[in-house]
Amino acid sequence: MESINIIIKGIFIENMIFAYFLGMCSFLAVSKKVSTAFGLGMAVIFVLTITVPLNWLIQENILKEGALAFLGSNFETIDLTFMQFIVFIAVIAAMVQLVEMIIEKISPALYGSLGIFLPLIAVNCAILGSSLFMVQRDYTIVEATAFGFGSGSGFFFAIIALAAIREKLKYSNVPDGLRGLGLTMIITGLMGLAFKSFIGIVL
Amino acid sequence: MSEETLVQEESAVEILKEPSEPLLSKRRKKFLSDPLNEDNPITVQVLGICSALAVTIKLEPTLTMSIAVVFVIVFANLIISLIRNIIPNRIRIIVQLAVVAALVTLVSEFLKAYYYDMFKVLGAYVGLIITNCIVMGRLEAFAMANKPYDSILDGLGSGFGYAWIILTVAFFRELFGSGSVFDFKVFEAIGWSSFTTNGMMVDSIGAFMILGVLIWIQRTKTGYVESH
Repeated sequence: MESINIIIKGIFIENMIFAYFLGMCSFLAVSKKVSTAFGLGMAVIFVLTITVPLNWLIQENILKEGALAFLGSNFETIDLTFMQFIVFIAVIAAMVQLVEMIIEKISPALYGSLGIFLPLIAVNCAILGSSLFMVQRDYTIVEATAFGFGSGSGFFFAIIALAAIREKLKYSNVPDGLRGLGLTMIITGLMGLAFKSFIGIVL
Repeated sequence: MSEETLVQEESAVEILKEPSEPLLSKRRKKFLSDPLNEDNPITVQVLGICSALAVTIKLEPTLTMSIAVVFVIVFANLIISLIRNIIPNRIRIIVQLAVVAALVTLVSEFLKAYYYDMFKVLGAYVGLIITNCIVMGRLEAFAMANKPYDSILDGLGSGFGYAWIILTVAFFRELFGSGSVFDFKVFEAIGWSSFTTNGMMVDSIGAFMILGVLIWIQRTKTGYVESH
């Protein structure tokens, strides 16, 4: 039950985009068309659901203070948490590469539509951010998986909603300087305002 | 070998050597000045917005963040530029990520040791400098193809271009959201103690709005128009 709560929280209340500004770069750059936004969103959900539990396992079994105790009493006080950033980003980059190869083998059609976005995901802040938040919040492995899936879905819905709005905006007359990024920022702000209505829901 | 030919050879070498460029030539000044305005990483290139907005509630954490990012960009640019010729092309992204991650770890450990309160405020966002697109973008686009000194200048330019935008956003957010500048209560000091702070500015929405308007103003000034 707790994990379902985490998923719902990740989508609505603690949305990666509107509450934490994570993954903004690709959110703004790849939201011109709904179809491409859909592809990127799916890839993000996929990678997040895999990397967050994977990083959880590494954090709990290797990096955490005292996690290496099984190697003998000399290792009980070793604290490798300062290695967190390097290890997490390496795991993410490796996973993205692996996922890319697997998708290419299994489903060339999906690979065709995701193709260019997959390498981009390695430097998407939402992916690394979720892993870091997961450490801060002391989740269990099930909760960590749910958190990965939930925050991925939050990104997915946000980017599709923005892409749909931007598609319609093509036909409106926008002041020159505001066109593109400026207006997109303001729209994102207004969407964030709408998402604020979910605050206060206790799950 | 007679002495005459030696002298001749030496002068030939002199001619072959390019005249060395002044430390701040026109070309190099452009590396510094372009990212500040016309080619700003945030408002024109749309990079590095991820971690930029989250820390801009107050000026102090924003300043810390700016210094950290400038440090990371400059040194990452320098290191990658030094080893650019020996990085195999296929694994360059991972090499770049490793260099950046190592630098960010340094920054994070430094903050943890000397400014623990600030470290608490910034939280996960220090780690997110790794995925700051500006850093990766400059490494990929500039440091991989240019000499170390030029890369340092480019890093400084991009870093300051990023810094002044987020400092401006933070100034307005802190002024209207908390009624203060660097925790100095401005409105109370000028005798307007009934000033009501704006909750929207403390929230993420305020950051989006201010940045949107900032981009609008800047693009109107530079005349940059984005195509649909």
